[in-house]
Amino acid sequence: MSSNNRALYEQVILEHNKHPRNFREMEAPDGQAEGYNPLCGDQFSIYIKYNGDIIEHVTFNGCGCAISKSSASVMTTLLKGKTRKDAEALFVKFHNMITSSPETPLDERDLGKLAVFGGVREYPVRIKCATLAWHTMLAALDGKKVTVSTE
Amino acid sequence: MIKTGEREAKQTRHAGGSPGLDVARIREDFPILQLRRDGKPLVYLDNAATSQKPRQVIEALRNYYETQNANVHRAVHHLSQIATDAYEQARLKVKHFINSPLSCQVIFTRGATEGINLVAHSYGRQYVGPGDEVIVSAMEHHSNIVPWQMLCEEKGAALRVAPINDAGELIFEEFEKLLCRHTRLVAITHVSNALGTINPIRKIVEAAHRYCIPVLVDGAQSAPHLPINVQELDCDFFVCSGHKMFGPTGIGVLYGKAALLESMAPFLGGGDMILSVTFEKTTYNTLPYKFEAGTPHIEGVIGLGVAIDYLAEVGMDKIAAYEHELTEYGMQVLSDIGGVRMIGTSKEKAGVLSFTMDCAHPHDIGQVLDHEGIAIRAGHHCAQPVMQRFGVPATARASLAFYNTKEELDALGTALYRVKEVFE
Ligand SMILES: Cc1ncc(COP(=O)(O)O)c(C=O)c1O
Repeated sequence: MSSNNRALYEQVILEHNKHPRNFREMEAPDGQAEGYNPLCGDQFSIYIKYNGDIIEHVTFNGCGCAISKSSASVMTTLLKGKTRKDAEALFVKFHNMITSSPETPLDERDLGKLAVFGGVREYPVRIKCATLAWHTMLAALDGKKVTVSTE
Repeated sequence: MIKTGEREAKQTRHAGGSPGLDVARIREDFPILQLRRDGKPLVYLDNAATSQKPRQVIEALRNYYETQNANVHRAVHHLSQIATDAYEQARLKVKHFINSPLSCQVIFTRGATEGINLVAHSYGRQYVGPGDEVIVSAMEHHSNIVPWQMLCEEKGAALRVAPINDAGELIFEEFEKLLCRHTRLVAITHVSNALGTINPIRKIVEAAHRYCIPVLVDGAQSAPHLPINVQELDCDFFVCSGHKMFGPTGIGVLYGKAALLESMAPFLGGGDMILSVTFEKTTYNTLPYKFEAGTPHIEGVIGLGVAIDYLAEVGMDKIAAYEHELTEYGMQVLSDIGGVRMIGTSKEKAGVLSFTMDCAHPHDIGQVLDHEGIAIRAGHHCAQPVMQRFGVPATARASLAFYNTKEELDALGTALYRVKEVFE
């Protein structure tokens, strides 16, 4: 594989794609949303359970490409124990990073695990793949059962 | 292009049972095929989306603007005559290419999509009413679904869908059952862009004509790859797109039976499509001009004519035979790879190889292939109902043209093993 490809498909991404975390439907979630990218047929559901103000658990299921699936998987691991505000802030951080120019250096300390998606910036058509789960999560935070679409 | 002097030599070679196409020679005519990506040669396998253009077409466009440019059918000056002649000459070429009885039955459109919309608008509004039905198949491109849906919605008519089997073939008996006295039109693709299926158009037309139902054939994927004879098919309308036929973008053809075209109201109103205009009354022009309002895509038409010259010179029979051989070879390459599922395994199949892999999403397949210099398409191919029929969100699709080679299909196979390495 060429070096470019390696930059997109970071080991962490491939690993999460193969063994997605929190990959299951949740019974009686407090928040739930379905995300759909009609262009590539990617479809994910995100489920959230709260304990008071704190996100106790996030799970997801559905299907999509390696980028969308691993992004959803990594996201679920980051949200546990966060407040709704924290989750929104994390969304903004991810969104800003992924839509920044590929030349912008990544602040890996600040971004943590999210930095593995930095390579996606080189592939404008894949940005929607990486953000699908995040947009869906935002909708699910509100508790409603809604459908979001990238188009 | 094969020069006349070399024809003899070529023909003797064909007689020996060789493939019949000098592909190496043909490839030299396509400048873009010489491109390299990261040192790797471009392997262009996205021909169903659009085809590459031979130098002859590219030069014709340039030549048009350098020596022929003027509006057509409008002025007495010399240039306008040259442009008009070149434009009408191209219409004659299309007539021969599809074997239309008359050249006035050849109408230039922006592409297959506009051709279908023209028929939906001009034929549909006139002949389809409440309670009527339009039949399409389950393997249509969105462009042969949506215009009919819009028409049916407007008119209170119903869209009926002829089903396909697991191989992606039309279930003919089910199609026949849909034909009834309410049917006003059958609109069906000649070759499926998502599955490669070649439909038995002759048989379909015969069945529909028993009920006096006209048939529109979407030839977007057949005209570039199979010999087309609209009289033999006996279809009532035939549409195709120049950009898929090695010609320019933005130009296409609608063929129609003369009596039908005559009976239909115009699609767009404007210049060129009229004989006389007063504020009280407009008299429409005759065929084909009635359906060509406004200044047309002149260089597109001329470029399409040159693309057709090119195809005719190579020979559509030879192209079809060679692509058939390539398709069989490609199917073999793909099915030898474990974990590959072919979508579209019709007995009569054109060079569209649609597939999924257990280990990777089509998007990821396309991405890894891109880095190997191999261009394929990943997605629903504007045929979402086909994806639903086969229970997949998307497929990866390698689609062939006569300039592709077995070596390129081998490269595809090798790259797919690489996909497995990455994602398994
Ligand atoms: C079967 C089929 N019909 C119609 C079309 C529409 O062609 P165009 O976009 O050139 O109008 C396509 C193009 O992809 C096609 O494959």
